[in-house]
Amino acid sequence: MTNIAATAAAPAETAALPTRLAKGFVDRLVIIVPYLWLLFFFLVPFIIVFKISLSQTAISMPPYTPVLDFSDGISGFFAGFRELNFDNYAWLTQDALYFNAYVTSLIIAGISTILTLIVGYPIAYGMARAPATIRPTLLMLVILPFWTSFLIRVYAWIGILKPEGLLNQLLLSLHIISEPLVILNTYTAIFIGIVYSYLPFMVLPLYSSLEKMDHSLIEAAQDLGCPQISAFWKITFPLSLPGVVAGCLLVFIPAVGEFVIPDLLGGSQTLMIGKTLWNEFFSNRDWPVSSAVAVILLLVLTIPIMFFQQAQAKAQEQGK
Amino acid sequence: MKSLGSIRRDFAPWNDPNAKPYIQFDKVTKKFGEFTAVNNLSLTIFEREFFALLGASGCGKSTLLRMLAGFEEPTAGRILLDGQDLRGIPPYKRPVNMMFQSYALFPHMTVEKNIAFGLKQEGMPAPDIAKRVAEMLKLVKLEQFAKRKPHQLSGGQRQRVALARSVAKRPKVLLLDEPLGALDKKLREETQFELMDLQQELGLTFVVVTHDQEEAMTMADRIAIMDKGEVMQVATPAEIYEAPTSRFVAHFVGNVNMFEGKVAERGAETTRITGATGAQIVVDNGGNAAAGSDIVFAIRPEKIKVSSKKPADAVNALEGEVYDVAYLGDMTVYHIKLDDGQIVRASALNASRVTEDPLTWNDRAWVSFRPDAGVVLTR
Repeated sequence: MTNIAATAAAPAETAALPTRLAKGFVDRLVIIVPYLWLLFFFLVPFIIVFKISLSQTAISMPPYTPVLDFSDGISGFFAGFRELNFDNYAWLTQDALYFNAYVTSLIIAGISTILTLIVGYPIAYGMARAPATIRPTLLMLVILPFWTSFLIRVYAWIGILKPEGLLNQLLLSLHIISEPLVILNTYTAIFIGIVYSYLPFMVLPLYSSLEKMDHSLIEAAQDLGCPQISAFWKITFPLSLPGVVAGCLLVFIPAVGEFVIPDLLGGSQTLMIGKTLWNEFFSNRDWPVSSAVAVILLLVLTIPIMFFQQAQAKAQEQGK
Repeated sequence: MKSLGSIRRDFAPWNDPNAKPYIQFDKVTKKFGEFTAVNNLSLTIFEREFFALLGASGCGKSTLLRMLAGFEEPTAGRILLDGQDLRGIPPYKRPVNMMFQSYALFPHMTVEKNIAFGLKQEGMPAPDIAKRVAEMLKLVKLEQFAKRKPHQLSGGQRQRVALARSVAKRPKVLLLDEPLGALDKKLREETQFELMDLQQELGLTFVVVTHDQEEAMTMADRIAIMDKGEVMQVATPAEIYEAPTSRFVAHFVGNVNMFEGKVAERGAETTRITGATGAQIVVDNGGNAAAGSDIVFAIRPEKIKVSSKKPADAVNALEGEVYDVAYLGDMTVYHIKLDDGQIVRASALNASRVTEDPLTWNDRAWVSFRPDAGVVLTR
């Protein structure tokens, strides 16, 4: 009996070996694709930007000393390499404008993220608690604005917020205010624009974490003597934290570098790093400095996220 | 005096007319839109009773439990607990706790914190909480798992945490919604006895919802059989099995043979029944069936004797042919096709290793039973 089983198993194993190798190759290929994508569309552009940030401005096309110039042979290449320096980064520290722009951007993005969370959480909660039959429709409604151009939607807000705009007309006609409110070209307009534009990025992860929560947990909390509001803070909110974190990151990161919203709604008075970047590139045509601004922005955003993820991984490790 | 079943219980407040009911459902109706989940139901449960609500899914048993817990309010009628009307009292203020079918353990809290949750809500001082939690962990034998989170426990351990959490506050009544539903068969059987011991130890009133008749029979003092939002019968497990009052109950619990028929003659001691297909049956306990009325005679398979010859002293004996035999080890199940066409199920305990009267397929056979072996059902 055992002999038969052994002889029967042996050929099956040898036959499986090439198949397994082939399968391993296919598996690896599947993983390689995203890595290649990241390499060509993230890492390589980043290295180019970084290189430009170390170069000097020059009156030429493009407006900086060429990168990796092989025309003078290997020695010329290394000579060019030696000319690279961190002068542009030093320049950023000398002008308070850049520091202020970074800080303002972080503060604006932070406040906007909190506002988006405050607006988005009830929406996501309501969707998750809605009857299962209408949930797909609600989800559709959240995604629907993406079907029109982002730029057009932000332009539309100008029409709403301007002194003679829809909002002021409505409030004036209702006699709630006697003089038009000045909202456009202020930070308030930027907050409104960011909250409006990024709301779906907050609602969707929140919804997915709230939707899969077992409602009997809330009932259990109530059963154990916890009123409904207190049950929300002790059970629902802590359990939705992964969604809160995901949503906040999805809003905060693009909001820091946001250019269109502060440019269209914030006017010339407001200062954000995205706008500063744009000015350096297109008004000053100082590519090396603006590249340095971009590199710093990337570091400002990624380093805290890396620390955060590390902390989260550690917490998860402890949980297990 | 003859008693139904073999268990004698000293605890039987339901037989005492002076006993004070503890939980009272008084003409309770619950509607969800057009659907009536519970229909004009009245039920009394006594203190320290282990009470089971048994029924198929959708019979309203869970709704009844949820109304007691406060998650649903009755559309009509009252629910009284220890004399107090529960209407309008929110779940977090009711002196009852529930063990959920899904256990509903808080995934972000340790076992310890889960158990302490209700006590903290009560505002119990921290040292007392620690003491009570330790006591509860000991009770469910999970001391070394105090710092674990629910996802690090096995199904059986999670069930015990849920149990500990729901009894930690010493509720007046513990509600258990399919408490053993998620456990495998072996663990379920062990846990049944653990639950019974726990109930004795804590002296609580347990109301358990289950669809598993064996579970209800094993654990409960009394069982309410429910169907379509109504209670069909409330009785001890032995009464439910031996003296069902309706076809539904007879069918729902265990196996049963049903003889459709009419009451041919109603005597003081005995009642004679003529089966629809001609069988003549004499019974001791005719119940309240009047002469000439349509009735059903129900008899359990183990109360029917199968033999190859007509037993000399049998009051009731019907002839037929062996249609099917199943040897199950501890017993043998016969399906006998009577000459009038009805198939009768009979089970014989294999009390000895050898039998003098072996029967096999297509043998002629007699089924016989005593006049007190079955019940007459009028509905």
